[in-house]
Amino acid sequence: MKIRIGIGILVFFTLMALVGPLLLPADPAATSDAGLQGPSAEHWLGTTQTGQDVLTQIVHGSRVSMGVGVLSAVIATVFAIAVGLVGGYFGGAVDEVLSVLTNIFLVLPALPLIIVLAGYLPQRGVASVAVVIAVTGWAWGARVLRAQTLSVRRRDFVEAARAAGEGPFRVVFFEIMPVLLPVIATSFLATVVGAILAEAGLSFLGLADLSTVSWGSMLYFAQNGQALLIGAWWWFVPPGLCIALIGTGLALVNFGLDEIANPRLRTIRQPRRPKLATAIPEEARS
Amino acid sequence: MRFLTRRLGFYLLTAWAAVTLNFLIPRMMPGDPVDLLVARLKGNVDPAAIEAMKRAFGISDAGLWTQYVDYLGNLFRGELGRSITFFPTEVSTVVADSLPWTIGLVGVATLISYVVGTSLGVLMAWKRGTWLDGVLPAATFLHAVPYFWVALVLVFVFGSTLQWFPGSRAYGLEVTPGFTWEFVASVGYHATLPAVTIVLASMADRILGMRNVMVTTLGEDYVVMAEAKGLTSRRVMWAYAARNAILPNITSFALSLGFVVGGSVLTEIVFSYPGIGSMLLKGVENEDFPLMQGIFLVISLAVLVANLLADLAYVILDPRTRQ
Repeated sequence: MKIRIGIGILVFFTLMALVGPLLLPADPAATSDAGLQGPSAEHWLGTTQTGQDVLTQIVHGSRVSMGVGVLSAVIATVFAIAVGLVGGYFGGAVDEVLSVLTNIFLVLPALPLIIVLAGYLPQRGVASVAVVIAVTGWAWGARVLRAQTLSVRRRDFVEAARAAGEGPFRVVFFEIMPVLLPVIATSFLATVVGAILAEAGLSFLGLADLSTVSWGSMLYFAQNGQALLIGAWWWFVPPGLCIALIGTGLALVNFGLDEIANPRLRTIRQPRRPKLATAIPEEARS
Repeated sequence: MRFLTRRLGFYLLTAWAAVTLNFLIPRMMPGDPVDLLVARLKGNVDPAAIEAMKRAFGISDAGLWTQYVDYLGNLFRGELGRSITFFPTEVSTVVADSLPWTIGLVGVATLISYVVGTSLGVLMAWKRGTWLDGVLPAATFLHAVPYFWVALVLVFVFGSTLQWFPGSRAYGLEVTPGFTWEFVASVGYHATLPAVTIVLASMADRILGMRNVMVTTLGEDYVVMAEAKGLTSRRVMWAYAARNAILPNITSFALSLGFVVGGSVLTEIVFSYPGIGSMLLKGVENEDFPLMQGIFLVISLAVLVANLLADLAYVILDPRTRQ
């Protein structure tokens, strides 16, 4: 159930980013005389101070926000795979160095680092922002993948591949990596959310490309346009809600997967927890 | 003890990495920050100021290694250079003025969030199948909500619309700073919304994390044993299950601290709170590179110290690490 709702949310937003701009082809930055209007039949989500249609901005902005999220998650995941798998497989000094590097990036506060890096960027285009976010977003994935690699590397098929004379890089990327694909997928999705949040934060601070419409830049202009004082809730509620919903969708998918792995975490059960009930294994009870 | 020495070594290494990163970033990025600045000011800078800025960055024609040694030497003397935004104030003075605000706000908010979130997680695991399960979807949603958006919504509802709480600044214009009841009350009143933002946005992780570990712990033999002995369920819940389930939660809490700090940077900016986050943004907006770097360093070191404290707590709570 959780997984289904989660996937539903994710599919909805993916479609919004892919198909939405085709259905609402109007320029999201186009201004009009009808400024600061509440939701109406003409403007479903109202308009901004300069008369831009909020719904059009949300739909077009989803491309930028999710695009930066996916792009930077791809970069971060490739890096996480390289560091995690190589460290986990080779062990020894290589692993020691890569682990310390991973842990350092895990402990350093990501957002301040992103802000500082963005501060030095001469041009804040979509691609450079994605790279900056990826720099701080790979460590968690690398740590998870390293742990998984450690558990896989002594399995028979890996030993067999090694015995057959396959080179270490072939073993790592063609024998071990395919087995870890589900883990890679989960960590990739989690990284996407982190990156969407980071992009939104950066745009909100005015440190990303403000000439393109994204959910973060909408929030930036809403705050600077006094939307809070004027009471124009339709201007700043939808972008934040979209970000939070994508995150919720993804968390639901992840929790759902966790519950399949660990049935105890499920919520649907008998109304009262009888004493000692936990002593009986879940499978035996049903 | 070995555990602590190892961790201490790791934090020293990380501190060194943060310091070195701070040294390398401006030098790796295209363009010289001072040239960038001078170009921005369209040449209206007198040569002495340019020289001062170059000194502040430690930019010289000397080799990279000499610059690095000079930079480290300055750091050890606590010299972070001069801020350009607040010229000629030293960066360390700007930091010293803004840091207490942040530590007070983030410290109190994080503490509340941790205590409430952990307790809720324990209760939710204990009372699975009751109405408390309804908190789960809400927590899942809060877990993904951006801090600054929570802040915007709170300012809108409780600041502008209902006007219950002030939506900006750290204390009222009518009070003068000092150890008076008026001032302290004003500070508390102004900190309410920012603190609620941080608590709301960071609590969900604690709830979900604690619930999951607690549910697993509840299946352990010693918990069943405690129940079978006829101990009160309160005792079983807190003294047996929660005490053990809290250990992994402390580690994950320490790791998520960087996230809380990042979120509070954004929160401060929404509330124009005079903490280190607002200063960081000012530094970036004004291309005040010494200020940016100094603040990043201080934030990183603060997170490292907080992590070290969490490790200490871990050692105190888990006797196995003391062997």
